[in-house]
Amino acid sequence: MLGQILYALPFLAQGFAVTLWVSLLVVVLSLIAGVLLGVGLVYGPMPLRWAVRIFSDTIRGIPILVLMFFVYYGLPAIGLHLPSFWAAVSALTLFKTAQVIEYLRGAVGSIPKGQSEAAMAIGLTFRQRLTYVIFPQAFRRFLPPWINGVTDAVKGSALVSLLGITDLMQAINQVIGRTYEAMPLYILGALIYFAVNYALSLASRRLERRFAFIRE
Amino acid sequence: MGYALNFNLIWRHFDKLWGGLLLSLELAVISITIGVVIGLVLAVWYVSAGRVVRAVIAGYVEFIRNVPLILLVYLVFYGLPTVVDLAYSAPTSFVLTLSVYSGAYLVEVFRSGLEAVPRGQLDAGKAIGLTPWQRLLHVRLPAMLRITLPALSNTFISLFKDTSIASVISVPELTFGAQWINFNTFRIVEVYLVTTAMYLVTGYIMLFGLRLVERRSRAAR
Repeated sequence: MLGQILYALPFLAQGFAVTLWVSLLVVVLSLIAGVLLGVGLVYGPMPLRWAVRIFSDTIRGIPILVLMFFVYYGLPAIGLHLPSFWAAVSALTLFKTAQVIEYLRGAVGSIPKGQSEAAMAIGLTFRQRLTYVIFPQAFRRFLPPWINGVTDAVKGSALVSLLGITDLMQAINQVIGRTYEAMPLYILGALIYFAVNYALSLASRRLERRFAFIRE
Repeated sequence: MGYALNFNLIWRHFDKLWGGLLLSLELAVISITIGVVIGLVLAVWYVSAGRVVRAVIAGYVEFIRNVPLILLVYLVFYGLPTVVDLAYSAPTSFVLTLSVYSGAYLVEVFRSGLEAVPRGQLDAGKAIGLTPWQRLLHVRLPAMLRITLPALSNTFISLFKDTSIASVISVPELTFGAQWINFNTFRIVEVYLVTTAMYLVTGYIMLFGLRLVERRSRAAR
C-alpha cells in the first residue's frame, strides 16, 4: 500500500501544482475584476451600480458547480469555445469576483464620510482621494476577509476535477482508480488541502492582529 | 451564434428539476438540523471545557473547514465503506457528510455567539438564583441566538447551495437533474437558465424568511 502511494506521489504533485495554479489565477483575476467593479458599485453612476449589484447578487446566489457547468457546457452552445481549463477558471473567477466586490464595498463603506469630504476640501482629485485617503484605510478591513476567501478559492478549485482537469482532486481519484486504495489516498489528499488552507488561515489571523492596533 | 432558445424540452422534463429541488431542500434541512445539534452541543461544551476537549473540538472544526466538501463527499461515499463494515445509499452518505461539514461551521458561529453574550446577563441569572442549566437554557442560549441569527442565515443558505455537490455521487437533486437534461436533450443554455433561477428563487425565499425571523427577534428584545 505504502509503495503504491509513494509511486503515485510525483503524479499527485503534478495535480497539486495544477490546484495551486488554478487557485492563483482565480485569486489574482478576481482581485483585479472585483476591485474595479467594487469601485464601480460604490462610486459609479446609477446604471453601473445596478449592473454590479445584480451581477454580484445573482452570482453569489447560485452554486459554483452550476455556474461551472453553465460556463463549460453553455458557452459553446452560443459559439464561444473555451478549453475546459479556462472555462473552469472563468467560472471560479466569476464567483470570487462577486465576493471581492462585497469585501471592497464593506471595507470602503467602513471609512467615515468625513475622510473623503476632507480630501475633497483640500482639492484632491477622485483618483488621489482613492489612492491616498480611502484605500490605505480600507485596506486593513479588506485584507482579513479576503485572505479567508483565498482558502475558499483553494477549496473551490477541487471542483475543476469535474470538468476532467487533472488537479489534486482528480489525480487522487485517478490513483484510486488504479490502486483501489481509496481511504489512505483521500486522507492524504485531505491532509494536503488542510496544510495549504490552514497555513493561509493562520496568515490571515496574524494579519488581522497586525492591523488590529489601528483605531477608528 | 445561431442558437435559438427553446424551453419545450425543459418543461417536458421539468419533474427532474422540481423533484431535484425538493430533494435538495430535504438534504439541506436534514443535514442542517443535525449540524445545528452538533454545533450547539460542541459550542456549549467548548466554552466550558478544559484544554484537551477544546483542542479536540478545534481540531474537528479546523480540519473540516479547510478541506474541500467534494473531497469529504468522496471520502465518506467511496472511502469509508472500504475500512468499516457499513453500507449506505448515496443520499444517506451525503447527508452524513453535509451534517458533519455544517456542524463544523456552526460550532464556530455558535461559539463566537456564546462568547459575545454580555457577562452581566449571566451574573444577573446567577443573582436571581437560576441553576447553571437554567442559566444556559433561559439566558445564554436565547441571547446567543439573537446575536448569531445574521451569521446563521448566511451559513444556512450557503449550505443549501452546497447540496449541489451531491450530484457527484449521483444523488438525483437539482444539479443532477440539470445535468440529466443537459446530456439527454442538449438544451444546455435553457436548462441552466431554469436551474439557476430555481436556486436563486429558493435561496432568496430562504433569505427573506430568515430576515423576517431576525427582525422579529430584534423587536422582541
